[in-house]
Amino acid sequence: MSLKQQIVTIGMCIAGTTLTRFLPFLLFRSNAPTPKYVQYLGKILPGAVFSMLVVYCLRHVTPLQYSYGLPELISIAVTVVMHLWKRQMLLSIAAGTICYMLLVQLIF
Amino acid sequence: MQAEQKNNRHQIILSALTCAFPYTIPIFAGFWFLGLTYGVYMNASGFSFLYPLLMSLTIFGGSLEFMAVSMLLAPYAPLQTFIMALMIQARHLFYGISMLDKFKGLGWKKVYLIFGMCDETFSINYTAAIPDHIDRGWFYFFVTLLNHFYWFSGATIGGLLGSLITFNTEGLDFVMTAMFVVIFMEQWLKEKRHASEWIGLAASICCLLVFGPDRFLVPTMISIIILLTMFRKPLEQKERYTESCP
Repeated sequence: MSLKQQIVTIGMCIAGTTLTRFLPFLLFRSNAPTPKYVQYLGKILPGAVFSMLVVYCLRHVTPLQYSYGLPELISIAVTVVMHLWKRQMLLSIAAGTICYMLLVQLIF
Repeated sequence: MQAEQKNNRHQIILSALTCAFPYTIPIFAGFWFLGLTYGVYMNASGFSFLYPLLMSLTIFGGSLEFMAVSMLLAPYAPLQTFIMALMIQARHLFYGISMLDKFKGLGWKKVYLIFGMCDETFSINYTAAIPDHIDRGWFYFFVTLLNHFYWFSGATIGGLLGSLITFNTEGLDFVMTAMFVVIFMEQWLKEKRHASEWIGLAASICCLLVFGPDRFLVPTMISIIILLTMFRKPLEQKERYTESCP
């Protein structure tokens, strides 16, 4: 690929990303009231989106092959319990991550 | 009088920064790790550090940037690259729809907030309980800016250092998973009804099983929209009911 072709390729990545980020704001300008259906989606979507992001992070887990998703399952359990107990975001994230690193480096 | 106003303004900006920073610490860990990995990967694929430097600044979307490495090494196909970028990044449409009202009236900051709205930045800005005395616009701004900076600096340093890094970081990338789990829990604990979370979970898992890990996001998004539209009446009624009886 020539330098010019590389620049176009990277430019296409920028264009695709920027378009998906700006499109909702361009379609529903702030001076007009947002349609009721879109307001409803704006309120109800985040719950589903956060579920999707958690599944997305775990998409390469193989429950039927070694390590059977066990390091992930255990570390998520640690994160959840920690968060229910202390409700300190950083603490829960640190506990889950350290647990996962120990598991994959020393046990699995 | 003017000096006082200026002081006051500095105070507002500073307190927004100190309020925003702790929220971004896990992202610092995650982005530095992923950014370094990305920079090292680009370096190992034969690109100068200028590539990760410029790409992390301008694209600012982790998964697409990793994909872009292989697209830069493959035969030139700009249209295919564009479609690929749209598919990978389509989830940002959801973030925009959710932030339409929150970003209203934020002036010049709004453009940068939208430009820099990656998964992590959206998740924090959407769920963070910003205290009343903190300026919302500046809070959003600093979360976006700090995260952007972490990713950019990690990628650039990775590109510069190349293969010098030998510290055993295996498993550190789990920090992102743990963060999304916590954000998911915050959202769950905040709301009384969880139909949306269940729909998202069911749709994602079904689509992952059917389409595989590399192409399940777009079908998932389509199914989520269809299901939320189909069940709009009962979901909206429940919402109104909980609103009137707190």
